[in-house]
Amino acid sequence: MSEQALSAAPAEPKRRARRLPPELSILGVMIGMMLLFEALGWLIVGQSFMANPLRLKIMILQESEIGIIAVGVTQIIIMGGIDLSSGSLVGMTAMLAASLAQREGYTHAIYPGLTGLNPLFPVLAGLAGGLVAGAVNGSLIAYTKIPPFIATLGMMVSARGVADWYTDGQPIGNLSDDYAAIGAGWWPVIIFLMMAFIFHIALRYTRYGKFTYAIGANPLAARVSGINVERHIVVVYTIAGVLSGLCGVVHTARAISGQAGVGAGFELDAIAAAVIGGTSLSGGVGRLTGTVIGAVILGVLTSGFTFLNVDAHYQEIIKGVVIVAAVIADQYRQRRRRKV
Amino acid sequence: MGTLSPTTAEVLRESGAIPKAEYLLEVANVRKAFPGVLALDDVQFRLKRGHVHALMGENGAGKSTLMKIIAGIYTPDSGSFRLKGLEIRLNSPLDALRYGIAMIHQELNLMAYMTVAENIWLRREPRNRLGFVDHGEMRRRTQALFDRLEIDIDPEIEVLDLSVASRQMVEIAKAVSYDSDILIMDEPTSAITEKEVAHLFRIIRALKAEGKGIVYITHKMNELFEIADEVSVFRDGKFVGEYEASAVTRDDIIKLMVGREVTQMFPKQDVPIGDVILSVKNLTLDGRFHDISFDLRKGEILGLAGLVGSGRSNVAETLFGVTPATSGQIFIDGKEIVVRNPGQAMDAGMAFLTEDRKESGCFLLLDITANMQAAILRRGYSRAGFVQQGEIDKLCEAQAARLRVRTPDLHEPIMNLSGGNQQKVLIARWLLTNPRILILDEPTRGVDVGAKAEIHRFVSELAAQGVAVLMISSELPEVLGMSDRVLVMHEGRMTGLVDRKDATQVKIMELAAQ
Repeated sequence: MSEQALSAAPAEPKRRARRLPPELSILGVMIGMMLLFEALGWLIVGQSFMANPLRLKIMILQESEIGIIAVGVTQIIIMGGIDLSSGSLVGMTAMLAASLAQREGYTHAIYPGLTGLNPLFPVLAGLAGGLVAGAVNGSLIAYTKIPPFIATLGMMVSARGVADWYTDGQPIGNLSDDYAAIGAGWWPVIIFLMMAFIFHIALRYTRYGKFTYAIGANPLAARVSGINVERHIVVVYTIAGVLSGLCGVVHTARAISGQAGVGAGFELDAIAAAVIGGTSLSGGVGRLTGTVIGAVILGVLTSGFTFLNVDAHYQEIIKGVVIVAAVIADQYRQRRRRKV
Repeated sequence: MGTLSPTTAEVLRESGAIPKAEYLLEVANVRKAFPGVLALDDVQFRLKRGHVHALMGENGAGKSTLMKIIAGIYTPDSGSFRLKGLEIRLNSPLDALRYGIAMIHQELNLMAYMTVAENIWLRREPRNRLGFVDHGEMRRRTQALFDRLEIDIDPEIEVLDLSVASRQMVEIAKAVSYDSDILIMDEPTSAITEKEVAHLFRIIRALKAEGKGIVYITHKMNELFEIADEVSVFRDGKFVGEYEASAVTRDDIIKLMVGREVTQMFPKQDVPIGDVILSVKNLTLDGRFHDISFDLRKGEILGLAGLVGSGRSNVAETLFGVTPATSGQIFIDGKEIVVRNPGQAMDAGMAFLTEDRKESGCFLLLDITANMQAAILRRGYSRAGFVQQGEIDKLCEAQAARLRVRTPDLHEPIMNLSGGNQQKVLIARWLLTNPRILILDEPTRGVDVGAKAEIHRFVSELAAQGVAVLMISSELPEVLGMSDRVLVMHEGRMTGLVDRKDATQVKIMELAAQ
């Protein structure tokens, strides 16, 4: 009895130290950044950064769109893949959804016979478009064994082409109020956090999640363990495609119009959010809580610099530095962990 | 003599090494630890000018680690390193080359899409006056080198188009082209035929005559006595001793290599052998192995022996559906089954511990639990997709206790465990699936002596419970100690099926080496 207590005692603090969630450090970075902008705000422009609800709302709304696709992209990266097509899929699905969401009786509608539909139809169209594209991505990668980088690069170019071709580059406006309601107010944020929560649970507590991590950590070992690796790859890319479709829907509803160029560059922001949040590009490591914080950090950077009237070019430069620094810090942390 | 590469000459001139030192190389008190394993413990080694010094030891004895230290690939944690009497320190393989130490790697390191000549002179390409690579000169130099070594390979051919044996000869020529004083050969004959072995030995004798020193790693005893002057034996990361090759016998070396392990080996318990579970008929994977047929019974351990490259592991992979067979039949309980992927093999009651822990076994980044549960999640232990983690944790705890996995807890990343404990975790992964047929490919490779005995004991226990075991091993004592019967393979074909009572090391080696 006493012997047990003795042997258990020294192990306790070590164990507790190891169990600290890795997100804490980047949460610290996020808070530190906000405080920095707060201080700089008072010094340079003489006002508070955080005590401005409108600014915070715009920042969060913008980042929640990136966040929705980042939920899918993070899962792909954990599985050892990459997705360059998510931004283009947002553009493609935005056009699909918007074309079925036009106001009743609008004479210049894309489909004059299909105006004033129940918003369920455009939403399903957007999601279905993403689903098909995601399934194509996944099947190419799983069954032809081409690198995910190439497969999704092809999809990135083609999907943007589809978006442009669909209306010959013309924007789609005059969307119905019912549809617009999906992107109104805090809905985009709620949708983002809901998706993050659902897939956080899925990654941590379901077989789907366990297989995702296993394939990312060692696809060959996963295969030898009887996991149907090919099927799982298709599933994960399909889910990411659907999330891109969801982002396309949310974006058109928020902007109350569909434009072919929507989502350009989103794929890189989504990857950046995942990577800043501690997801390893070599697979097997990552958490959606980190991605959520990563997305917020990107938002804080953009809105903080805008608030300080920093030139947009400088913003980009600094954003690039932050992304690289995050990866360096993460690798350093992992190497240290490996030495334990 | 060919052209001495200027860098080698420069370094030696600057180094002020004793030009006629008797020992080209002397290393002492070398220690090297990897996470969880002490690979080398106070090891020494010395190489005489004009001598071939063989290194012997079982897998994991530390030979390769020591050679990688000498070749500058690893830096030792401590120890002294003297080249021709001068204390030096190597920081990279390039450093080693500059000091005149070249290594021929066991796994070939040639660029497949480059020509033979380009491969040999990589990083040392002759250039013309404009600074461009002079292909004509490169070709001439290669041809001169090949003429000297009597190698008959076109210097302009792409390595891709060469046979494995020819590639090995190119590797050897490349190492010789450095005009190094010390050549390290890591199992240079594992992939070449007898004719080429004779050729290689001619080259080695010529190099000896030029005063070069050769470090020769091999598992083949007859080569040792044919070519080596000295032999150093290693065991479990420790230096056992250095001997004159002419003063020791084959049996001496084996005894020194295996040491106390022979007595610690857990022999298989005598258990009643039951009905045939697995029956394999004319199993073939084109280009790898042909017409393999055998029966495996309940409670039986069938050893699968053969040299590296004989197709042993391919048979196991094909049985388990990793690389589906091109022809042949597999029967379970007399009923033919189709195995196109590992899932189908698992449904038929098979389990497969792969040869390479890191490559196809462990999820190194994940914790022990994640590693153990990987094979059972596909069937059961989840409700509506949600993993019943509490239940699985209990099973994992029980397996860890049964196999005595040494770890603070099951949330430790598996990469922090020693090789033996990693192996136990992987065994636990398969035991959780309650297999009827257990395929083990090198179950004790890179595992310390204690864990090895434990693994032998579990396998024996499993057989006693009626599990049929197919065990591949390169270590003959293990095969002999554990197996009821031994199937021997040579170059993709079955060369014999030997009963326990008739199985001796000599008999099996004869069948394996033909």
